[in-house]
Order: sequence, then structure tokens, then C-alpha cells
Amino acid sequence: MAFAAFADTSEKKSAEPVKKSRVVILMLLPGLAYLLLFFLAPLVSLILTSFMAPDPNSMDMGQFVYSFQWQNYVTVISENWSFFVRSFGFAILATVIALIVSYPIAYFIGVYARPWPAIQAFALILVIAPFFISFLLRTLAWKQLLGDDGWVVTTLKSASLLPADGHITGTAFSVVFGLTYNFIPFMVLPIYTSLERLDMRLLEAGRDLYASPSTTFWKVTLPLSMPGVVAGTLLTFIPASGDFVNASSSFLGGPGTQMVGNQIASNFLKILDYPAASVLSVVLMAVIMVIVSVYVRRAGTEELL
Amino acid sequence: MSESMKQDPRFQALIRQAAASPMTRRSLLAGAGGSLILAGLAACTPSSNTLTPAKDISDTDKKLAWANWPYYIDVDETGAYPTIVAFEAATGIKVTYEEAIPTNEEFYAKVKDNLNLGKDIGYDIMTLTDYFAARMVRQGLVQPLGIEDMPNASKNLLPAYQDISYDPGRKYSLPWQSGMTGLAWSKAWSSANLTTVDQLWDPALKGKIALLDQWTDTMAVIMQSQGVDISGNWGDDEYNAAIELLTKQVQDGQVRAFTGNDYTELFKSGDIVAAFGWSGDIFTMNTEAGSDAWGFQLPTTGGFLWSDNFMIPMGSPHKKNAQALIDYYYQPEVAAQVAAYVNYVTPVAGAQQAMESIDPTLATNEFIFPTESTLSRAKALRQITPEEDKKYATLFEKAKVG
Repeated sequence: MAFAAFADTSEKKSAEPVKKSRVVILMLLPGLAYLLLFFLAPLVSLILTSFMAPDPNSMDMGQFVYSFQWQNYVTVISENWSFFVRSFGFAILATVIALIVSYPIAYFIGVYARPWPAIQAFALILVIAPFFISFLLRTLAWKQLLGDDGWVVTTLKSASLLPADGHITGTAFSVVFGLTYNFIPFMVLPIYTSLERLDMRLLEAGRDLYASPSTTFWKVTLPLSMPGVVAGTLLTFIPASGDFVNASSSFLGGPGTQMVGNQIASNFLKILDYPAASVLSVVLMAVIMVIVSVYVRRAGTEELL
Repeated sequence: MSESMKQDPRFQALIRQAAASPMTRRSLLAGAGGSLILAGLAACTPSSNTLTPAKDISDTDKKLAWANWPYYIDVDETGAYPTIVAFEAATGIKVTYEEAIPTNEEFYAKVKDNLNLGKDIGYDIMTLTDYFAARMVRQGLVQPLGIEDMPNASKNLLPAYQDISYDPGRKYSLPWQSGMTGLAWSKAWSSANLTTVDQLWDPALKGKIALLDQWTDTMAVIMQSQGVDISGNWGDDEYNAAIELLTKQVQDGQVRAFTGNDYTELFKSGDIVAAFGWSGDIFTMNTEAGSDAWGFQLPTTGGFLWSDNFMIPMGSPHKKNAQALIDYYYQPEVAAQVAAYVNYVTPVAGAQQAMESIDPTLATNEFIFPTESTLSRAKALRQITPEEDKKYATLFEKAKVG
């Protein structure tokens, strides 16, 4: 698109096409080099590593040689499938909750607050403001807030909503909470951009045709905001499935909440089993790709975008 | 190419040079000319050659870089490190001190490619914990330290540290600080001393205890609670029995977290009331809080004694400078100055007497200067073979997630 636009506005429209395409290639070079260096090369290295076999000359940790040990995939998946189930379960839950929380926020900013640009701007700042503080610090702050001596737990306990020996941090609840919290801005912003362009006359037309407000919402508003919903869910689901911060013992998780990301970190850092860590990464990417492509096809965004 | 160019002496010198250093696959791939993708792959290939120390340029290049753990040296109000400043003034060697080791594993992940190839990793001294130091020594990744060139170290290294299982005679490593793994607890929960590991498995403590996330720490203490002599003869059976106990506790929800230093934060937020912890941390935590809110005790069945060790990577070109720095820290006065700040066990003889002039109350603190009876209750692990290291670490990682 950008390159086509560039070509059209170039001064000599009748100039030799060869020269023009050279310019295009030159302009593409930085992007291609970037992809080659930072996407393709690590991916190839990752896939090659996933097939490595233990070095027959050394029984020590972290010693592997290139090979085609496809059995790595069988053993690693059979030992770790439960972490995949947990990761995707947590990620789907976090995405759904984030969507339920974010849609009204985005609707408020993008539609309801339209007559008051100052309120719109202020609300947007509130959504983006958390980004000014490091993601790790914010998650650590939650660990303190939700800690056993924090007011959240003591209040819940005094209201008998939490058993006397119960706790929040280190449970699946706090991990899903952390994932939801951390990715909400990624959900709000795309939905907001979709809703912000919503033509209010369509809603008026709906009312004129005796559609109830809820019918108008389901038949007009929601379909028109689908590109934002799809983008928001992808921006939440993909990083949430691979997240290893929220679920780690040092943040909101515990021994029973470890996700695939934590297993990758443990294999890579602790037992220096690089092939196993690579297998987990490759499988995680592959499964995410399958889930996402099925989802995008179902959501039918090709027509909407 | 013209004949005259071929006869040019400079050109001929280049040809000789090229012939003298035949291009191996590794040098070709890792060289600047190799494609980046392949260089990345080559770096993953473990080195099968024996590595040799880099050429020492200390005499002309008066500097060194030291990778250490956070909060592990004396520091003043301005953020300067007084003992390092004094060392620089005395020797003229410029020291770059970096808190580059958040955990042994993360540090290794950052430097492993060059380290395994015997190239300069940017640090001339690294301070790694026993189990990791053992890997470095047995894989031949560190230079001989040359303790015979270090008058203070050869004189003042305490006898208890002179022979360590993985490095008899201390040829490649010297302890920087030591510590003990034992039982830590909140006195608000129990004013009585926590004395045995079994007390941690009390159902009343469900979800209120933390263990350490390195197998050597946690398993050394658990195995001893099962009557195993960890510095003596033990094997898979003893280890598996301890793993079985640990797995059960994790599955029952007894263990809230496996942590590094951050169990201190869990104590402060009230998430845990008891844990496996390190001697110096508890002391520092109490000092910071200005109270005596947390206790530390070696279990009656035995605690675990470990050290973080000075080592010089094979690729370091500043061995002599590094030796000067290591030897400097083996002076009792300097060691006492560091110990007064970090509160860990110092391996330097005479530091206790030197401490009396700095802070007499610290000089009697048995977690900085353990008495014979304390030391006799803290043991180091026997030598671990590479196969065992791999097997035991893997089993432990499995147990940690239930």
C-alpha cells in the first residue's frame, strides 16, 4: 500500500519501471533484514535446537549435538500436556473476562462520552496510564495488595467469603486476575478505535425501525465493532498464553499454577534442557497459530476489515 | 591480480598467517565473516576442545570487571563501594563492579556462548554458588586461580573451606562469602524456636511455607531430616525418598512457593510464616525492620553450608588483576568491612578479631562467625557427578510443580 502510493506520486510517471522497482526493493530492505535477523534466524535456530540429542561424549547438563531426534516432541508433549491445557484455559478465561470488562469501558469512551472530548481524553489517559509503570512492578504491587495480611484478604475473611486458612496469591484465581488486569488496555484500545468510528445515525435508524436498544446493539453496534473485538482478543489471548510472569511463584502464582511459559523457563534456565524448552516453544507457537486462525475464520473478519 | 602484488611482502605475510591458522568450522562460523544465523548455531554447539586461558594483558591493561550478586558488598550513602575504592587507590587497577548475577542460571544464560568457547565474557571475576561453580570447574571453563600467588588467601582461608568436594585444594575457586540454609520463621506466628524440618509439614501450616528453588538447598536440608549424611555416601534411593516427601507436600498445597531471595518479601506480606532460608537474609531483614520479628535456626538434623566462589573465566585477559583483587579481600580487615555490611559468613581467618573494632556486636554473631558447634551442624554436599546433577535437578523441577 505504502509503496504503491509512493510509486504513484513519484514525479516521472513514465520513468523506466526497472528503476522504480529497485527503489521499492531498497526501501523494503530494512524491513526484510529485520525479519530475517530477528524472526527467521531465531525461528530456524529454535526448530533445529528442538531436534537436538544429548551429546554422547558428555553426560553433563546443557550438552547437546545437532541431530534429528523427533522423539523429543513425543516425550516433551506427553510430559507437559497438562501445562498446555492450563495455559490455554487461563488465557481463554482472562480474554473473556477482559472482553466483558473492556467493552463497556470502550463504549463509554468511544460512544457515550463523544459530546465531551475532555472526558474522552481523560478516560483514555486512565486506560493508558498503567503503561507508565513497569509491568513487573504493577504485578508485584498486586502481590502485596492480595497478600495474606493485605486488606483484600482480611476483609474477605471477616465477611466469611474466604475460609480462615484460605489465600489469594498463589492460586489460579490470582493468576487469571493478573493476566486479565495486565492485558485490559490491549483489549480496550482496539475496541475503542472501532467504536469511535461508529456512525450514530445507524443507531438512530435502528430506533426509527422499532428495534429495541438491545436488538440495535446485537445487530448494529457489536457487528460494526467486531474488528476491534477480534484485534483485542488476539492481543490479549496470544501474549496471555505464553505469559510466565503472572503464574510464576515470584509473582501471583504458586507450585500448582505453572503455565507453559514457566516450564520453558525452567527447562531453559534450571535444567539446561534446551531441546525440551525449544519443543515447548515450537508447540506453543503452533497451537496458538491453529487456535487463532480458526478463531479469525469463525469471526469472519476478512469482510469486516 | 598482478604478479607484483603477489610478491609484496605484506601479502606474503598474510598468506603465511592464513596457512598457519587453518580455518576450522567453528572459527569460520563464529568469525565476523560467517553468516549471522550460522554464528548463532555455532555458539550453541558445546565445545569439545580443551580450552586454554587467554593471554594475560594485566600489566599493560590495569582494569578488571567483576560480576557479583545484588547487595553483596559494602556500599556507602553515595552508592560507592568503599572497599573497591580503597583497592583502586592502592593498586591503580580500575574495577568495574556489576550486580550481574540475579541467579546463577540467568547469569549463565547470558554468558554461556562465549564462556563455552573460552572467549572473553566481559567479566574477569564471577562469583558463583557451589553447585554452579562445580559445573564450571568440571567443564574446564575457568582458569587456575593460582592461590600460591596470593599471600593473604593462602594464609587466611579458613581450614573448613580449604577442600571442597568439587575443587580439592582450591585450584580454581575461592569462597567470597558463605552462608547456611536453615529454617526461618516469623516470631509473630511462633515465639518458640522452629527446630525440625518436620514441623513445616504440620497441616496447620498448609500454604504458609516456602522452600528454596535450587535443588541443592532444599534437598540437602530435607535429606538430612530423613537421616541422610549429605557429605557422605548417598545415592538415588535417598534422593528419591526426599523427592517423594516433597512431591506429597506440594500436591497437598503445603508449599506456597519456591523462591530465591524473595521469600523475605513473602514473610513481610504475611503470605508465609516459615521457610527454608539463608542465614544472612534473616539477619538483614531484622536489622532493616529494627526489630527481632524473624528467627533463623539450623534444624537439629542439620543445615546446608554453601559458598559463592570467586572464579576467573577461561577467556579473561586480566588474571593477574583478578588475583590482586581476590587476595585483597582475604585481608581480615577488608573481609570484616564487607561482612559488617552483607552479614554472611566470611571465610577469612582473623576477620572476627578485625570485626571487634568495627562492630563488637557483629563479632559475636554466630551467623557471620559461626562457632564450631554451629558449623558442625551445617554440612556441604558430597561431590555430584554430571549425570547426577542432571538427574537430580530434573527430578526436583518436576516435584516443584506437583
